[in-house]
Amino acid sequence: MIEFLTGAVFVGFLASTIRLAVPLIFASLGEVFTQRSGILNLGLEGIMLIGSFIGFTAANLSGNLWVGVLAGMLSGLMIAIVIAVFDVTLGADQTIVGIMIVIAAQGLVTYLNNVIYKGGYVPPRIGGFTPIRIPLLADIPVIGDTFFNQNILVYIAFLLVPLFAVVLFKTTWGLRVRGVGEDPRSADAMGVNVFRTRYLALLFGGMMAGLGGAFLTLGYLGTFNDNITAGRGWIAIALVYFGQWNPYRVLAGALLFGGVNALQLRLQAQGANLPFQFMLMLPYVLTILVLIGISREGRGPAALCVPYRREVRT
Amino acid sequence: MATAIDRIKSKIIATGQAKPPERARDYRRGALAVAIQVAAVVAGLVVGAGLIAGSGADPVVAYKAAFAGAFGDFYNFLETLVKATPILLAGLGVTVAFRCSVWNIGAEGQLQMGALAATALGIAFGGRGVPGIAAIPLLLVAGFAAGGAWGALAGWLKVRWRVDEVIGTIMMNFIAILFVNYMITGPLNDPNSGGVPLTRKIAEAAQLPRLFANVLIGSRIHLGIVIALAAAGLTYVFLWHTVPGYQLRAVGANPTAAQFGGISVTWSVVLSLIISGGLAGLAGMSEVAGLHYRLIDGFSPNYGATGIIVALLGKLHPLGVVIAAILFGGLIVGIDAMTRAVRVPGSIVFVMQAVIVLFVLAGELLARRWRLVE
Repeated sequence: MIEFLTGAVFVGFLASTIRLAVPLIFASLGEVFTQRSGILNLGLEGIMLIGSFIGFTAANLSGNLWVGVLAGMLSGLMIAIVIAVFDVTLGADQTIVGIMIVIAAQGLVTYLNNVIYKGGYVPPRIGGFTPIRIPLLADIPVIGDTFFNQNILVYIAFLLVPLFAVVLFKTTWGLRVRGVGEDPRSADAMGVNVFRTRYLALLFGGMMAGLGGAFLTLGYLGTFNDNITAGRGWIAIALVYFGQWNPYRVLAGALLFGGVNALQLRLQAQGANLPFQFMLMLPYVLTILVLIGISREGRGPAALCVPYRREVRT
Repeated sequence: MATAIDRIKSKIIATGQAKPPERARDYRRGALAVAIQVAAVVAGLVVGAGLIAGSGADPVVAYKAAFAGAFGDFYNFLETLVKATPILLAGLGVTVAFRCSVWNIGAEGQLQMGALAATALGIAFGGRGVPGIAAIPLLLVAGFAAGGAWGALAGWLKVRWRVDEVIGTIMMNFIAILFVNYMITGPLNDPNSGGVPLTRKIAEAAQLPRLFANVLIGSRIHLGIVIALAAAGLTYVFLWHTVPGYQLRAVGANPTAAQFGGISVTWSVVLSLIISGGLAGLAGMSEVAGLHYRLIDGFSPNYGATGIIVALLGKLHPLGVVIAAILFGGLIVGIDAMTRAVRVPGSIVFVMQAVIVLFVLAGELLARRWRLVE
């Protein structure tokens, strides 16, 4: 048992659990803010896909990984602006807008992939972010190689969790976001600009989803394919529900999904007797199970999904 | 969307009857709605032109090829109807669920399950001498039942376990697609395919006949379009002329009011997903039994997503969905023709569809804000 727990296979499994959790952490943390402000951004899957493609392409063209990361975040921000115009300014149905954004993004990315990397359909590989060993800490058995021998984006993701929790629960801006999501009319009466707050929360969420997408290509796979997100955007939204709009619980959920994904990849690699399609189903089945598991818990921000208009009484 | 629901809501809340028609205002509203739709389609085409130009092709040449391909002559139009068939059935399914305010995004998975069940049954009929008069209805039932069961599962998860149906149905799409892929490459794989992911052929008796096969030689038009149009009629009758249909719409308009009125919200939600999934299942069945005669990997270029789009553009009314489905069938055939004429990735069709829906949405909201309609 001890041999197993310290074995290279197990450490490899833990390390890839951490890495696979990272895109979900980025996207879900952003979505926590967005939903706390009362906006349901269902477009995450599309934003992550665009972010992964744009991030990959920008890094390829510039030869600089950080340019790729910034480009991925910027692309997420731009899509979020479109969503914000519909959801916040026009007061459109947030479900329909989100789904249309995903459909459009999937079409657009397939198109861009085709136009930019035409021919072989296999975009060139780029060297992704390489692991940075943190001295001393990385020498701790098991934990060292799991947590302290990862690339920079992984460290950033984990540091963001407590930071976001503090911003959300201990700062004025966090209070405004929560207030706008619970009772926009009262917040408005108290002098909070509901529209600006929601815009900021949405744009911020879009940026984070773009970062999550960019991590997939630049920090994990090092290459791009049309199906790279494989539902991660939707799972990120489910994680927000699972995490009850709390960054720490979202982190726990992301690690759970990272673990299942790492397990499924490992089982496939070892050639288990179950067909690979059933392995690939695991994260999706787990998502449904997780949502069943929270069926007795709270329902989240009161004004979630309700458009706000000053002149209309609700 | 919202306007349709508001209309139902005011009907239910006010008197239980429709308001007396106010002709002038109705005409004005209708004209405005059409104008918004036309403007949105134009916007979609402009976006499409930008993408075509971006890929290095001439938009004018491309659109000419697309229009000729979709509506150029009678045979092309028949092909448009062939493509419109699964879109129409999926769109009707989405309509039923959305009318109940149930966001069924799972048409694609339900379609896949319907196609799988129809394929399995059709293969089982092979060499057993089942007559077509029995085989085809049984296949219809199988397709509807499988899609409906997949929808019902999402409904049960929603009402019993409060699983959000958007996420639930999307997860079930992934699961269904993987399961179908397993069946195609595994148990149902054609041993003579040489490893190509397709199943054995279904029995000849189970295949939907081609329409006017001895007159329209070379056309692929099959009984599926008749089934789809009949389904449109039945969907209309169900939603507006039956008690469960009325209850379903009442729940969609205002679940709390419906509950107080003695309607079982739980049952209406589940029923809407059963019918919704069933219709999507028929779409899959019709593709297998009418077109390919077997299940092929990637047989559906996400007809489920297109079904959502035509349901929304058709204003969640079966007649509107029929029109939208034929237009979008034409769009798909046209883009297919375009990709043969000039090198343009076919996926631009999804961008254009989504852009059109978003523009209609924006147009309607702005019209209301600027008090062009009340």
